[in-house]
Amino acid sequence: MNIEPVTPQPQPHQRRLLPPRLVRQAPLLELRGLSKRYGRIVAVQGVNLELYPGETVGIVGESGSGKSTVLRMLNLEEATDTGTYHLAVPGFTGQNLFALDRFHQRQLRIQQIGIVYQQPHMGLRMQATSGGNVAERLIMAGERRFATLRRAASDALASSEFPADRIDDPPAVLSGGMQQRVQLAKAIALRPALLLLDEPTTGLDVSIQALVLDTLLRLRRERQITTLIVSHDLGVIRTLADRVLVMRHGAVVECGLTDQILDDPQHPYTQQLVSARL
Amino acid sequence: MPLLHVEDLSKNFVIHALGRTIPAFQGVSFTLEAGSLLLIRGPNGAGKSSLLRCLYRTYLPERGQALFAAADGTIDLASAADVDIALLRRTEIGHVTQFLRPRPRVTALDLVAEPLLVAGHSLAEAREAAADWLGSLGLKAAIWQAYPSTFSGGEQQKINLARAMIAPRRLLLLDEPTSALDPDARAALCSRIKTLKAAGVAMIGVFHHPEDIAGLIDVEFHVA
Repeated sequence: MNIEPVTPQPQPHQRRLLPPRLVRQAPLLELRGLSKRYGRIVAVQGVNLELYPGETVGIVGESGSGKSTVLRMLNLEEATDTGTYHLAVPGFTGQNLFALDRFHQRQLRIQQIGIVYQQPHMGLRMQATSGGNVAERLIMAGERRFATLRRAASDALASSEFPADRIDDPPAVLSGGMQQRVQLAKAIALRPALLLLDEPTTGLDVSIQALVLDTLLRLRRERQITTLIVSHDLGVIRTLADRVLVMRHGAVVECGLTDQILDDPQHPYTQQLVSARL
Repeated sequence: MPLLHVEDLSKNFVIHALGRTIPAFQGVSFTLEAGSLLLIRGPNGAGKSSLLRCLYRTYLPERGQALFAAADGTIDLASAADVDIALLRRTEIGHVTQFLRPRPRVTALDLVAEPLLVAGHSLAEAREAAADWLGSLGLKAAIWQAYPSTFSGGEQQKINLARAMIAPRRLLLLDEPTSALDPDARAALCSRIKTLKAAGVAMIGVFHHPEDIAGLIDVEFHVA
């Protein structure tokens, strides 16, 4: 976070790239000029982002860089100060999602956006059953038939590689890795257009982290779901992301292909961030 | 029009913390036709690997062009949008790096099969092709289901090669693919390269011992 006055960030010493020519699809997500401040604290300033259908984009940066704030705003959890947000999904194409009323924002979130938080309790009812947590998403979308609910919940849990015999256990009694699988199942149950991952494997054992990453890779391959992942773990980003944005003090200082950002960073801050890796 | 036309391509690394610029290579120009293999020669540190990485865009070229005749039209690899490069990596351009990046809990066979799964093949098809590649490079079948992080350098290189070459590509960038291979595996790789060339695949290679691929080189390029 940055205290006023904000000094403008130096522009990346990067050669300018052409607009896409081989990729002919329009972006699924377009975010323009996102800014947010909390009193005198500037959390996010002037962030632009496009996600093309099926790609996974990462946001890296240290704590307080604004990366999680961007994610929460894309999930319409918080009001923004400025900015426009478009998702090319049925019924909402061409509309600035930040300007929707709360009813339509909620409808959009339920139908088209899935999210996995670092802290499971932010996304789950810890005392309800795991199956119930996933089914809740479907109930909110209007499904009422018990058999359909049960089947859809167990399908989503199976896709996240959650063990079928634990479907009636509440998240409170599950391990951290299993809790993340329940969150993931809930996030993908309605086949959303956009999946948001906020440090999804931070805090897990390295071996459990590997299994969860593998599940995410397989899901991405099988469902071609457009994904935005926020993480400070550059190994996770290298494994999952096609492209990366580097954030500092609420602004994007550099963006590029993941291997280019990690192996040939251009901006002084990115060079510092990448070389700080163990 | 050739498959690839490189014109005045240059790369320097600007290290901000040191306030220094480290030159990699300057003013590289060459042309590559479909089905031919170009060998890059030069001493250690001349920027041979950096040149391959600039064409794959792991490194961002500083100046110059690399016009690639993609299936959907010619595009400059040095300045194309990131999403276009990502698309080309999935469909037309492959990069054989010197080192494998194994992922925990992913078997050797599945690491090799992965690019075909991404391209939409079934798991059975992808695993069959992976087994074919690993078999022909002489990786013993007993370890196909093991995790490669503990494998020897030669075994890892076989997996890396198979993974990079399993999916059909129009341009392959080969960065010392034979450095850790035994003679049988080198021979197997040569026969694969020959087959791919005959199918029209163009290749740019850096080889420590160019005699490993004697007879397959069509053109050479020297970096100073």
